[in-house]
Amino acid sequence: MGRRVAIVGAGMTKFVRRAKETGKELAFYAAKAALDSCGAKLKDIDAVVLGSAPDTFDGVHMKGEYLSCGAGAFGKPYLRCFVGGGTGVFAVAVGWYYIASGIFDTCLVVCEEKMSSYQPHPQGAFLTIFDHTTERPLGPNLLWIFALEMQRYMQTYGIKKEEIALVAVKNKKNALDHPAAQLAAEITVEDVLNSEVLCYPVQRLDVSPVSDGACAIVMTNEYLARRFTDKPVWVSGVGWCLDTAYWTNRDLAYPRYVEEAARMAYKMAGIRDPRREIDVAEPYDPFDYKELHHLEGLMLCGRGEAPQLLVDGKTQRDGELPVCPSGGLLGVGNPIAAAGLMKVIEIFWQLRGEAGKRQIAKKAKRGVAQAWGDLMQVGTVVVLEI
Amino acid sequence: MKNFFATPLSEEDFKKRNFCFETWIGNCFYAWDCGVAIGKYLEGLKNGKIIGVKCPKCERIMVPPRIFCEWCFVLIEDFVELKDTGRINTFSISYISWDVKKLEKPQIPAVIEIDGASPGYGILHLISEVDPKEVKIGMRVKAVWKEEKEREGKITDIKYFKPY
Repeated sequence: MGRRVAIVGAGMTKFVRRAKETGKELAFYAAKAALDSCGAKLKDIDAVVLGSAPDTFDGVHMKGEYLSCGAGAFGKPYLRCFVGGGTGVFAVAVGWYYIASGIFDTCLVVCEEKMSSYQPHPQGAFLTIFDHTTERPLGPNLLWIFALEMQRYMQTYGIKKEEIALVAVKNKKNALDHPAAQLAAEITVEDVLNSEVLCYPVQRLDVSPVSDGACAIVMTNEYLARRFTDKPVWVSGVGWCLDTAYWTNRDLAYPRYVEEAARMAYKMAGIRDPRREIDVAEPYDPFDYKELHHLEGLMLCGRGEAPQLLVDGKTQRDGELPVCPSGGLLGVGNPIAAAGLMKVIEIFWQLRGEAGKRQIAKKAKRGVAQAWGDLMQVGTVVVLEI
Repeated sequence: MKNFFATPLSEEDFKKRNFCFETWIGNCFYAWDCGVAIGKYLEGLKNGKIIGVKCPKCERIMVPPRIFCEWCFVLIEDFVELKDTGRINTFSISYISWDVKKLEKPQIPAVIEIDGASPGYGILHLISEVDPKEVKIGMRVKAVWKEEKEREGKITDIKYFKPY
């Protein structure tokens, strides 16, 4: 399948509710940190991939072009990609095919989001994802679709809120060890269950925050990887898949599109039994139930079985299958496109043994990162190994 | 460049203008054409009917209607009248507005599987005339229509669905 593709460097900003820095500046900090982490200069980079979510947040049309200079794209082949919340992992897949195809030898992937500009609350920017004629006149808010999906998931498998709340407890605690984290905290299941009900069954502490931030990685091929680092991390599989936009016609209890994306990535990586062959996972967790939903879609457990893994402590950092050792979106923060790339970077650091206090107990050789987005319909998956 | 850099600003910094910023209020105004399939749907709503489509190949009966089957990728011309009753597939009780302000009266959005459509084929709408605590998945509901002369070919021609 083309040339082997490696990630050789990674960088990220702190994730914050409101950054003084502009989107361009955040993109620069992350891109420069990624280059510096592997001793690369901008002249070593053949092409730049940018991931960023809707222009609506920024009030800047053609945001890709606006961000380009900060992302290191001056005078280079440059492309902005966007699949909603799935963007951060999808951008890595785009970088992968740039390198695997042989078109480019090196590539800088930058994901940036500055949500705080939108007033009075960034949630308003999401209103336009609903169908303008059949849904928007009903006055929806973004939480509706999550609440509807969460309710269907809980009812189908008989899952309790107490079980789901454990995800928020775990991830916010894991984030205490992440230097970029925005919402790290030691909380209890009771705190989650007693937090404000926003859209039943979704409560305040079930939800990831609004964030500003940026992440970047340097990708190259098997011939050049060791010029940049002694420990390249290989991208052995990528996959993505889109479900129907007629979301009220879908089975909301199971993310089939994540399964399809995972099957594509696993096949490429030669993985037959993901439960045995994957050591660490960073599924997308903008809401606590989504971590469980996505673990099932990634086929790391059976349908409706993810809560039991959590209850048994298997997804803790010292468990059989550490899940979101970074602290995830719930703990580190959710600057949309940057959040997905943060997950890929966490797997990169875990496999290299560079995760510091977050380092998982087991020796990890292979990990998976996944993101999800658009109108709850896109799954993006990347498999990394060392 | 070191990792994990950014300068956090608080809500108070923002309110008290402890740093400089520029603002702009966009004024966007759109008029969306109804299209062929949704045009029929809206015409149906105006007449107090829910219209779906039937794929000539896989024979799925779908709502909201569309002129193509996304599975078989064939043209659909068969518009069918469905019932104005259905079953709650999933629901939520929303206590906040889009800008995260508290609502005085909670809203109950739901996906409602419409009778006459294939199983699992629903639309987004609201549930009312019921104590939120009583709403259950699987509950039977019926459309509550606006008065005929008030209907204008919009999804809101159905005021909401209520249990029956």
